[in-house]
Amino acid sequence: MDLDPSHLFGLAGGCLIGAGSLLALVVTRKVPGISGIFVRLLRPRSNDVAWRLVFLAGLLAGALLVFRSSDHAALFRLPEGRSLLLYGMAGLLVGFGTRLGGGCTSGHGVCGTGMGARDSMVATAVFMMAGFATVAIFSLIVGGGS
Amino acid sequence: MKPNFLVFLAGALFGAGLGLSGMTDPSRVVGFLDILGDWDPTLAFVMCGALLVFAPGYLLLRRKCDLPGDSGDPISRRLIIGAILFGTGWGLGGFCPGPAIANLAALQVESLVFVPAMAIGMILVQRIFQADS
Repeated sequence: MDLDPSHLFGLAGGCLIGAGSLLALVVTRKVPGISGIFVRLLRPRSNDVAWRLVFLAGLLAGALLVFRSSDHAALFRLPEGRSLLLYGMAGLLVGFGTRLGGGCTSGHGVCGTGMGARDSMVATAVFMMAGFATVAIFSLIVGGGS
Repeated sequence: MKPNFLVFLAGALFGAGLGLSGMTDPSRVVGFLDILGDWDPTLAFVMCGALLVFAPGYLLLRRKCDLPGDSGDPISRRLIIGAILFGTGWGLGGFCPGPAIANLAALQVESLVFVPAMAIGMILVQRIFQADS
């Protein structure tokens, strides 16, 4: 495994993700998992909505800023053999699974794991293994990997 | 500073981090999950970077800022099945919720399909389980 610039971009971007998560946690005292933030906007409850909207607006603004300013960040390559229909199915599974399991890559993977929560570490290991298995099977069926 | 400004800043750091790290490129995510193929370790660097900042920061500020602790939730069947379904969808599209939403900023058509479908999946869980989640 050679270290290439995209790994360093990954490390730096990861630090920003960690810093954003920590800042949101400190200001709101709520664990800022993206799936949890998003779902609570779907069924808004009283005073609990504003900071989540603001956070997602910030997320879009931050993403737009780096998409505009960096070719590396703007890179979007559709993985082989993926149709729009598949993206619809994937979205259903991700929405259903993250709410059933109580978190996604940020809520369980970064925040829960970083807070030392055992259930988050287990969830992270399980969704990664499911991801490995899915890509392996998909590659077998479609042929070729990413 | 106003809390809402800080929350916006937090979201912006998060979104910029997703883009900069390459995680908004679904091929890079699928490349990480493709352990039997041409493996791309970038996502591991992203997780390490995020935890390197978040975990020590949390330990340092936990008492001082009265932050929430580990919920102590049990490792339930629901957690495991949810994680399996999420991981399956993640492997299919190379999108988890953050990058899918971030790609709305670039009006990527895959995001425009994925995010509403994700909302439907979430609402289904709420309907079926009357969920607290």
